[in-house]
Amino acid sequence: MSNPTKYWTWHMAAGVVLLLLLGLHMLIMHLGGTVHLFAPHGGDAVSIANSQWRDSKICFTLTYVLLLGVGLYHGLYGLRTILFELTLKPWLQKAVTAVLVIVGVGLFSLGSWAAWAAHAVALAGGKG
Amino acid sequence: MAESKAPKQIAFHVTRYNPETDVRPRIQTYAVQVNDGMTVLDGLHWIKDNLDPTLVWRYSCRMGICGSCGMLINGSPTLACNTQILHLSQSAITVAPLPNFEIIRDLVPDLLSMFEKHALVKPHIMRDEAELNNPKGEFYQSPRDLEAYLQFTYCIKCGCCMAACPTLATDVRYLGPMPLTALERYDEDSRDDGFFVRKQIAAADGGVFGCHYAGECSRVCPKGVDPGKAIQLLKRKLVLDYLHLATSRKSCKKLDGPGEGKLLPNMTAPPRTVPE
Repeated sequence: MSNPTKYWTWHMAAGVVLLLLLGLHMLIMHLGGTVHLFAPHGGDAVSIANSQWRDSKICFTLTYVLLLGVGLYHGLYGLRTILFELTLKPWLQKAVTAVLVIVGVGLFSLGSWAAWAAHAVALAGGKG
Repeated sequence: MAESKAPKQIAFHVTRYNPETDVRPRIQTYAVQVNDGMTVLDGLHWIKDNLDPTLVWRYSCRMGICGSCGMLINGSPTLACNTQILHLSQSAITVAPLPNFEIIRDLVPDLLSMFEKHALVKPHIMRDEAELNNPKGEFYQSPRDLEAYLQFTYCIKCGCCMAACPTLATDVRYLGPMPLTALERYDEDSRDDGFFVRKQIAAADGGVFGCHYAGECSRVCPKGVDPGKAIQLLKRKLVLDYLHLATSRKSCKKLDGPGEGKLLPNMTAPPRTVPE
């Protein structure tokens, strides 16, 4: 099977995952006053205590990494599609793909490291 | 006594272009005497007969069948023979050649690029040659099988969908709605066996994944075909094939020929529509 089908299928799958995770994000962060989800210390969902509680849970750390991954893939693939519609020459298409892969992997590594560091800090009781 | 309606004067803003003499297209305005029921095509004929014999456009059947007179009328790609002037405006209309094509002259687009792409998708029944060339027998196709692709057969290759496609406007390599609809039409035909070949074409660069589903192709189609749907069906087919979730496709079998008088069980002839 050619690559466009593969890339597009994962683009769609990433979109669905994004929808679920961003829905969860909206529930926790922006409707916290109503639903009080994952905010055991009460008050604002973005308070330091509640944030550290969530960071200390490995499932949240993995969710952050997953959100970062699917967001980057979905967004960068979309950007690549837009750029390709400028009728680029084949060598330029390869160059654009390579740059986007490097940017994507770089941002993913940086974000994953930050999520993991936040997890470690939260486990250490907020002492980094 | 029926009230006689006086003709109205409508301004036709027509795009003119002669590649041999003009640097770029220009607009020329004609005052056309329009009666009730006159189509844009009639208006163009009126201009040619009364005002300007040099105006050029393409047409043939004058009844929305041949697809020759596709034009950009008031900014929308449609058939000139199918569009009544007074339904559009009581004062002025614009007539231009279909966008996304080179202009041969005035209102005549060069549809060659569309037909080349059409040929690429192999718009014909693909089947084992020996079986296909055997004149004995016919392929059985149920009404439900026919329904799966019937609407896509109504395409008259007028190019309106290609002119309306925003993806094609920026990426000339994109196959476009008409060829992709033809691809789906043959792919969905139960007599056809060419999915493996056509899926390579549909999934390649310039194939179905270039479509952003703006839906303009379906909106402007003068025959009510839904190319947007055809492309989405193709996408679904390719994704299911990639995920190995596609249901197995079996092309229909060949029946014994009509001369041998053998029909499927329980098949009856449809009732007569004309009394004997």
